[in-house]
Amino acid sequence: MAGYTESELAKDLENQEYKFGFVTDIESDTVPIGLNEDIIRLISEKKEEPEWLLEYRLKAFSIWKEMTEPEWAHVHYQKPDFQAIAYYSAPKQTKKYESWDDVDPEMKETMKKLGISMEEQQRLTGVAVDFVMDSVSVATSFKEKLGELGVIFCSFSDAVQNHPELVRKYMGSVVPMTDNFYAALNAAVFTDGSFCYIPKGVRCPMELSTYFRINAGGTGQFERTLVVADEGSYVSYLEGCTAPQRDENQLHAAVVELIAMDHAEIKYSTVQNWYPGDKEGKGGIFNFVTKRGMCDSHAKISWTQVETGSAVTWKYPSCILKGDYSIGEFYSVAVTNNYQQADTGTKMIHLGKHTKSTIISKGISAGKSQNSYRGLVQINKGAHHARNFSQCDSLLMTDECGAHTFPYIECKNPTAKIEHEATTSKIGEDQLFYCMQRGISEEKAISLIVNGYCKEVLNQLPMEFAVEAQKLLAISLEGSVG
Amino acid sequence: MIKIENLHASIDGKEILKGLNLEVKAGEIHAIMGPNGAGKSTLASVLAGREDYEVTAGSIDFDGTDLLELSTEDRAREGLFLAFQYPVEIPGVSNINFLRTALNEIREYKGQAQISAKEFMAMVREKSAIVELDSKLASRAVNEGFSGGEKKRNEIFQMAMLEPKLAVLDETDSGLDIDALRIVANGVNTLKSDQNATIVITHYQRLLDYIIPDFVHVLYDGRIVMTGTKELALELEEKGYDWIKESIDA
Ligand SMILES: Nc1ncnc2c1ncn2[C@@H]1O[C@H](COP(=O)(O)OP(=O)(O)O)[C@@H](O)[C@H]1O
Ligand SMILES: [Mg+2]
Repeated sequence: MAGYTESELAKDLENQEYKFGFVTDIESDTVPIGLNEDIIRLISEKKEEPEWLLEYRLKAFSIWKEMTEPEWAHVHYQKPDFQAIAYYSAPKQTKKYESWDDVDPEMKETMKKLGISMEEQQRLTGVAVDFVMDSVSVATSFKEKLGELGVIFCSFSDAVQNHPELVRKYMGSVVPMTDNFYAALNAAVFTDGSFCYIPKGVRCPMELSTYFRINAGGTGQFERTLVVADEGSYVSYLEGCTAPQRDENQLHAAVVELIAMDHAEIKYSTVQNWYPGDKEGKGGIFNFVTKRGMCDSHAKISWTQVETGSAVTWKYPSCILKGDYSIGEFYSVAVTNNYQQADTGTKMIHLGKHTKSTIISKGISAGKSQNSYRGLVQINKGAHHARNFSQCDSLLMTDECGAHTFPYIECKNPTAKIEHEATTSKIGEDQLFYCMQRGISEEKAISLIVNGYCKEVLNQLPMEFAVEAQKLLAISLEGSVG
Repeated sequence: MIKIENLHASIDGKEILKGLNLEVKAGEIHAIMGPNGAGKSTLASVLAGREDYEVTAGSIDFDGTDLLELSTEDRAREGLFLAFQYPVEIPGVSNINFLRTALNEIREYKGQAQISAKEFMAMVREKSAIVELDSKLASRAVNEGFSGGEKKRNEIFQMAMLEPKLAVLDETDSGLDIDALRIVANGVNTLKSDQNATIVITHYQRLLDYIIPDFVHVLYDGRIVMTGTKELALELEEKGYDWIKESIDA
């Protein structure tokens, strides 16, 4: 809380109508709408991909064709017409940017509107930003500094060109193309994303950050992120999202794979702010994401996410605790307002001995929204002395919203220790009155109480992100007590 | 400081305050006593502007402004402070953060600059000493896991930080052992000046041995039925509230 000033918050509250709702007018290079083998060949060709990757895509496509879209009890939406989507859209600018000066001024303007001017980012935060706009990376910074350490941080396409052996080895190793409907679709048509490799024993000295953004109308976005942390290495990775205001729903089906080898640690933080749709529930992003990490022995993966956007969110960052003594953590705040629907949670798959997982989930429902937590803790036969602690709290802001918790536990080893706690509370009139009696406005009181409620999660985020997340919470809950 | 005239207030259609009159001047301490259910906490809530209560008649002048026209937060910003009978817990929000937010909102309302972190921390140190509040409690979440006595001391600490014109203390003495009582009373006395005023709600005269009131009022069935000095409190202690009942009914 201490990080933001009142005037900042006041300003944010003024333009609570989605503030990143604008469209950049850059000439796009878009393939025809629809999905078939030819389209996939075209995408692969445009990206000058090696043969093995084309084959990978085609195989995924044939698998996807046989799959049916999953049904979810607590999420209702008009299913996307997969033949009405253009699967590739790149800013029509084949030239790669050597320096910041080369970047299209209009693109810079876009970034400025997003509040992430590159210069500022670089100077103030020491964050290396790989900015993905319409599926193609347009600027990569801090490359040299990272290069000295042997850290690779680049767009997925660049990785395919420059580090094909790494990509080929690890892509699909945690989220196979057969995993689920959206993962198969992504494997067939993904256009770009980010790739990160941290060599043995290297502690990445800065937060690696990627800003995703959907731009051209009607283009679905299918990113792939692959983070490989070699033995004993450490990396903190930030993912942030904003999207322009749109009338029709936009599909977003990303795949994120994390690999933490022996004694490695990956912290993956997301502040997700896709356009949620207007007050009547019109428009907004459909967000179907498959995120999974694999831990070797003594490795640790932490997922931290603050979700305030999207019309429909379907997302379960998961950890496979394969190695002995590995650790998986999941810290989540999911806010839904108006007609938003979120179905999020995590899966902790314990395979190794003495593996440990922690789940802290904070759901906040406002308006007429529906917020579901779905978690699976699976202790397998060989996972002796595995431990899990789960805490799922729900906070209701009105009488019209809903919170649902579905904790599943599968335990096949009697030595496991599993603890689960869950609470549901309505934001307290007494708490609000107490704050207001001290001179605090209702809006600020809500923000204070909600941030307090989410503290355990927000504390996991890097400083700048935590401040941003607090502002997002305040904006998305403005005027929401009822 | 405050002038309450013919105040009628009800909750859920039930009239609780039935024509209450009270005037408190700057520099004064007033005690309000009365049996359980007389309407003491209701008066405090109505003054603070709690929405559940409906004011059906009467007026409240607070230092020249019409208090009833103001929102809850603006009443606080104008200098009205309520020490709650049952302070609530706000998990995850530190006392410090809570108070800094409150202080800055009040300052902004008055057109003053935000308090600097350094100035604020110095203030926390000075004010927490007044109620001998452990500095660790100042950085813990608001009232979370505080003992009953700590909660009450924390209320007085907040009062010290926000420097109100009028403080209403609702049963601040209840649940306090004698040492805590002395500390709280000492805090209230330290904060007293000729610029501010205090209304002490209690139903034990014990507190009034430490906080010496200028006036003692008896609130009974939604009205102030008797006003006197400290001696009245002693008399009440001795004779009980039935005596009041009889003398009114008579
Ligand atoms: N929500 C409510 N509906 C009806 N009566 C209420 C409500 N809340 C409080 N009261 C009544 O108001 C009266 C005054 O209560 P209160 O002001 O708390 O008394 P005191 O603080 O003097 O003990 C009591 O009779 C109590 O039962
Ligand atoms: Mg009371």
